[in-house]
Amino acid sequence: MIAYIIRRLFAAVGTLFVVSVITFGIFYLFPRLAGATPETLATRYVGRSATPETVKAVANALGFYDPVTVQYWHWAKGIVVGSDFNLGTGVEHCPAPCLGYSFISRTPVWPDLLDRFPVTFSLAIGAAVLWLVGGLAVGVLSALRRGTFFDRAAMTLALAGVSMPIFWTGLMALSFLSYRWGIFPGGGSYVPFTQNPARWAYALLLPWITLAFLFSAQYARLTRAGMLETMNEDYIRTARAKGLVERDVVVKHGLRAALTPILTIFGLDFGLLIGGAVLTENVFSLNGLGKYAVIGISDQDMPKIMGVTLLAAGFIVLSNLVVDLLYAAVDPRVRLQ
Amino acid sequence: MNARRKMGIAAMAAFALVLTACGGGGDNTNGSGSTTKAEFNAALGKVFNPSDKKGGTVKFADESAPDSVDPGDTYYGSQWDMIRLWGRALTMFKVAPGDASNELVGDLAEGLGEPSDNAKTWTYKLRKGLVFEDGTPITSKDVKYAVERSTSKEVHPDGPAYFDSMLAWPAGWKGAYLSKGMDTSSAIETPDDQTIVFHLKTPFAGMDYLAMTPQTIPVPKAKDTGAKYKEHVVSSGPYMFESYSDAKGYNLVRNPKWDQATDPNRKALPDRIEMSMNVNAEDIDNRILSGDLDVAVTGVGVTPATQARVLADPNLKARADNPTLGRFQYISINPTVKPFDNIECRKAVMYGMDKTAYQTAYGGPFAGGELASNLMPPVIPGQEKFDLWATPDSKGDVAKAKEALTKCGYPNGFETNMSYRTERPKEKATVEAFQQSLAKIGIKITPKNFPRKDYFGTYAGNPPYVRSHNLGLVVNSWGADWNDGFGFLSQITDSRVIRETGGSSNTSVRIPEVDKLLDAGTVELDKTKREKIWVDVDKKVMEQAVIYPGLWAKTLMVRGQNLTNVFVNDQFGMYDYLSLGKP
Repeated sequence: MIAYIIRRLFAAVGTLFVVSVITFGIFYLFPRLAGATPETLATRYVGRSATPETVKAVANALGFYDPVTVQYWHWAKGIVVGSDFNLGTGVEHCPAPCLGYSFISRTPVWPDLLDRFPVTFSLAIGAAVLWLVGGLAVGVLSALRRGTFFDRAAMTLALAGVSMPIFWTGLMALSFLSYRWGIFPGGGSYVPFTQNPARWAYALLLPWITLAFLFSAQYARLTRAGMLETMNEDYIRTARAKGLVERDVVVKHGLRAALTPILTIFGLDFGLLIGGAVLTENVFSLNGLGKYAVIGISDQDMPKIMGVTLLAAGFIVLSNLVVDLLYAAVDPRVRLQ
Repeated sequence: MNARRKMGIAAMAAFALVLTACGGGGDNTNGSGSTTKAEFNAALGKVFNPSDKKGGTVKFADESAPDSVDPGDTYYGSQWDMIRLWGRALTMFKVAPGDASNELVGDLAEGLGEPSDNAKTWTYKLRKGLVFEDGTPITSKDVKYAVERSTSKEVHPDGPAYFDSMLAWPAGWKGAYLSKGMDTSSAIETPDDQTIVFHLKTPFAGMDYLAMTPQTIPVPKAKDTGAKYKEHVVSSGPYMFESYSDAKGYNLVRNPKWDQATDPNRKALPDRIEMSMNVNAEDIDNRILSGDLDVAVTGVGVTPATQARVLADPNLKARADNPTLGRFQYISINPTVKPFDNIECRKAVMYGMDKTAYQTAYGGPFAGGELASNLMPPVIPGQEKFDLWATPDSKGDVAKAKEALTKCGYPNGFETNMSYRTERPKEKATVEAFQQSLAKIGIKITPKNFPRKDYFGTYAGNPPYVRSHNLGLVVNSWGADWNDGFGFLSQITDSRVIRETGGSSNTSVRIPEVDKLLDAGTVELDKTKREKIWVDVDKKVMEQAVIYPGLWAKTLMVRGQNLTNVFVNDQFGMYDYLSLGKP
């Protein structure tokens, strides 16, 4: 088990390395191959009517005159041993894991990521609880009452949930529930959990529901399909034949088997989400990792993009590992080798 | 999208003249009117809801983040409006509605600068009793240091470069950080704590405009932390930072050391100012309408959805203002790209386009703007409105356009490319409007979109790229740093600002006669004659049909509920943030 985890962690580092090389290549190497010069790249990070001298000074300060491999080496080295940044009035040491300094705001990326992670995590965890509970419950009930009004209504709603984009449901929810009827607070009213748990939950309730609506629809459909399949298996009939109460048949035998694919999807979804819920964070003005990524991309602020990509990739790799470990717990046939 | 100010070094030479003649008063009118009646445009040219009552919190929100709150590193118009809350420059535009704001007055300085040595040397006298938020006296040395550090472009690349290029710096000067300890008395002298003397390379009468830029807001050397200074800017104004975060925004509280007796321009009504950054634009609109927020700081106007709602509801419309800005939406018609080297083919575009479709693309008469028939917007002093290429109801004239095409040798039309910025849906809609209009005369347009950050540097403003990729038409937009004919025209009509390496907004105007007129304007001391020259430039460019004028931009903005002293400051084209109150 321990050896398995260690092996997987090594593989994870390899994955992150590949991700970082590809991302770096896309943002640093490709433009150069397409004919961009250090100066044209630096033009993005200066005021509009900057003089050629300003552009050169900035290109130099950002290291654009170095070969791309050297730029990557500086960046990667910073993650392991940290790096120094020239503030003008002095030098600031950015301790490992230093993911570089923003080209626009000239602040270190890593503290920014740490600052924003709680927002995204709060959003993801609350929504995940809601969609797991909601999705599984609706899915199981739909499967057990296949063909009834409940089943059809629930599945129609689920189809609607999957089809409607967050930026629509979110804005509609805000427009009516917050601004017109005043039931929920407006966008951007997030407060940290540590500061006031009640206000934290109140502020996040609407984003949670909006996000969970989308996901639970998906999970309800998956659970229903899985349940329909397993409930027709021979061992379910056996379980019933040996006189088990229906609840145990459904939960212990049916749902447990149907849960495996859902767990896989959940691992990926949750991992992806804590790397940044881009649309939800933007609609509700939550300053999380997703919003950070959008700002980074629109400003072409490469260190920000690198940082958030790597962090998101890390979460996905990690959650996959957790899912694989959980498999063993859920499905007795799986043994970790 | 943002209201980033643009200015060119070349522009400077001309402001000189402007100033000499303007003096300080002149033809300003309209500064004292006020109203309490909530109606459409109640805050244009007059003060809406005047009050001197102090207290309360004014809440601002920004859909993104400003370039910087550091006075030495900012070029956004909204930021120049905002920064006066925590920083005092040597001079400032008068805090007044309408065109009264065109007048410059002393801020840190007792009054405007005293020129000597044929306007190569400028002397400012600081007021007495000025202190920073920590109680340290503000001296001329702090202003000098602020200007010096702002020329450290490797750390502060965002601000304008006037001081870098116009002051007589010692040889090898690379800014306060890289050239630490260098004697800079050739550029700036501080004979005593109250006096600061600027030495220019060449005579320049517009120094008071430069003294207005946030780069003269004093910075105590001991507290300067370079790139990190924005995390704690030391206040010289009525408010100081309580907190600052790049992600979330900042809060301002009263600076207890600020003394009203030293500051005749600021009322400082609210007790507290809160700024949220990176807030969804639709969300900002909704919150302003519901009263949860007071001001959308970027001043670019409400989103299209909100615009429809505001215009349809009389109660909401009574809370809206619709100012015309010093901003011009236009198309560059590049004579370097065939067949636009022939003026008849350019004329075909001038006649063939339905201008009202251009207006619709930008959101109609309220959010888009007024149909432009020439270059200079009406807010520029001395502007003259004329139309050399008039068509019936501005909807285009197919017959005249076809006639021009025939003369050009393309009776059945031709194909060309038209560029726009990917991030700007209005520019995309503009290209589509041109496609539709010009298809009627057989001109087939292929849209080409480029990222906004690389638009002028690498693509549409890069002459070799324009030629090799046949960018015949370029969607363009321009706003001057402040309202003045030369400041508006020089960067978009002077052929000498075009660089083969790219980066200029001027892609199509290369008229030797215009260059000569611009030079003549910079040395013309008579205001009336000078303004006439700017109109001549405008006419020459229009005659050559190298710019298709689209719109003189307008915005639709909504006043926050319960705000007092609300008015649009013409110089900023947005609400004056210094005067707002919310008791």
